[in-house]
Amino acid sequence: MESKEKIEKMVADWLKMVEELMKESGLPIVPDPKTSDPVWVDVRELRLRYLIPVKRIRKFFEGLAEGKLYVTKCPAKNIYYFPPQADCPACMDENIVWDEISGNGKLLTYTVVNVKPYSFAHHSNYVIAIARMSEGFNILSWMSVDDLSKIHVGMDVKLVVKRREPEGFFTYYLEPA
Amino acid sequence: MGTAAVVGVGHTQFGQRSDMTLAELAWHAIKEALQDAGITQRDVDYVVTSNVGGWSSEPLPAILVNEYSGLGDVGVMRVEAACASGSAAIRAAYNAVASREAEIALAVGVEKMTESPTLQAVELLGRAGNFFWEFEQFGLTFPAYYALYATAYINQYGAKEEDLAAVAVKNHFYGSLNSLAHFQKKISIEDVMSSRYIAWPLKLYDCSPITDGAAAVVIASEDMARKLTDTPVWIRGIGVASDTSNLSRRQNFLGLASTVKAADEAYRKAGIDKTEAVRRLDLAEVHDCFTIAEILAYEDLGFVGRGEGYALAREGETYKGGLIPVNLDGGLKAKGHPIGATGVSMAVEAVKQLRQQNAKARQADIKNGYALTHNVGGTGHYAYVTIYSLNRPTQS
Ligand SMILES: [Zn+2]
Repeated sequence: MESKEKIEKMVADWLKMVEELMKESGLPIVPDPKTSDPVWVDVRELRLRYLIPVKRIRKFFEGLAEGKLYVTKCPAKNIYYFPPQADCPACMDENIVWDEISGNGKLLTYTVVNVKPYSFAHHSNYVIAIARMSEGFNILSWMSVDDLSKIHVGMDVKLVVKRREPEGFFTYYLEPA
Repeated sequence: MGTAAVVGVGHTQFGQRSDMTLAELAWHAIKEALQDAGITQRDVDYVVTSNVGGWSSEPLPAILVNEYSGLGDVGVMRVEAACASGSAAIRAAYNAVASREAEIALAVGVEKMTESPTLQAVELLGRAGNFFWEFEQFGLTFPAYYALYATAYINQYGAKEEDLAAVAVKNHFYGSLNSLAHFQKKISIEDVMSSRYIAWPLKLYDCSPITDGAAAVVIASEDMARKLTDTPVWIRGIGVASDTSNLSRRQNFLGLASTVKAADEAYRKAGIDKTEAVRRLDLAEVHDCFTIAEILAYEDLGFVGRGEGYALAREGETYKGGLIPVNLDGGLKAKGHPIGATGVSMAVEAVKQLRQQNAKARQADIKNGYALTHNVGGTGHYAYVTIYSLNRPTQS
């Protein structure tokens, strides 16, 4: 996968070509790069960035900033919720409690993402893993490991809180225990 | 509920269809299906359109397709169940007919994935899980979701990457015999094994492509079906189920629980004992968005026991003439996977197989007159299993 900068330059160059052609013909119609079919290049770009409410699970994020990891739990039915949620559909209630996660678990499965989404193109290949924590619930996250050959299903892992760089937000990672 | 049958099918060429808009593509499938059924737009009482979109420009595809296709003011909606949307459309159309709300209903599946650059399609497909807890923080991709299943499966049962590759080789072989397939070139195990990793252990040739295409089926009531055709293909049972949005909330990664539940329901409705499925079905269309998915399907659908699916692939038992022929149209792998069109495309293939309308080399032997389609949305998030038959259901 090419770097983000390279991709951005390719797109910018192509749009410039479209603009040149439009100047001549008066139409944003160009040959499709793969098939050469004539295609109209959308002149209304759509940009999306979502605003995601976190009010009711704010404690989870406050915990991250303090280096702690929380799970929500229904004390009546003894159900853990991870990712954390403020509602317990099992008893139609909001009577959940916040528990600190032990952080110890076993690796259930993993993958290495070689072809990354564009919004992750600035990261080197990353390991995504799912572990079963000692409390019985599972967590999916990146796994930090210096050597891929050290990872195997069933190994002991631990959860740690770190900043995701270069974005800079706190999140959780699995690591070999 | 009354009975209902498929009486007309249409299917466009799959591939990068930059020569047609979404509406044009859908119309070409609809036109063929109407002509196949011997009806006109005026005979259609209800339309259900499957389209996932996001990568294509039209936000209200269902009504656009109706207008372009001359379907008039008939009722219509768009349905979405990720990659199983097509089967969801068929189920909604079937229910409209079986409940006698409609005499004739049309299910249309259409997807224009290449209206956006590949990068954007990859980005959007990666978001097809739990957006915040999987994509936003951890950059899941569609291959990565299935790779998590592949790693667990390989580790548990000792399958090899070559066994997954065997699925790709088979489906590309049948794709080479299907003139409507996106890829019509045979490949070898070496081709698969030497292709680059996309999400380890899945390689490029383990993955279905980004494809455009459309398919349509006409579903009619029993009385209407009898008037229209001598070979109605009866919808004998549809099973539907789901699984958690977050992959981490699942108990294991060795099979898709939603498929198991949907299959049990479909077999029960069709009067098929699951343990006898391979003897009752003449063929199956299974959801091979990735090679591992086809192997999981063999087990989840009851063709073989747990941990035995990879051996079926390795030994070539899902070619024509084997234990059960699977994906004789090339599957999602070679035919292509235009998300919203896929489930309808599977139905078209099942009907053509039962009517024995395919080129001989990829035509299954029709002995019992039963075909199964298995359509999964996301990573087992949605599952639909449908059983089609030349045999009319017995009156219940
Ligand atoms: Zn509760």
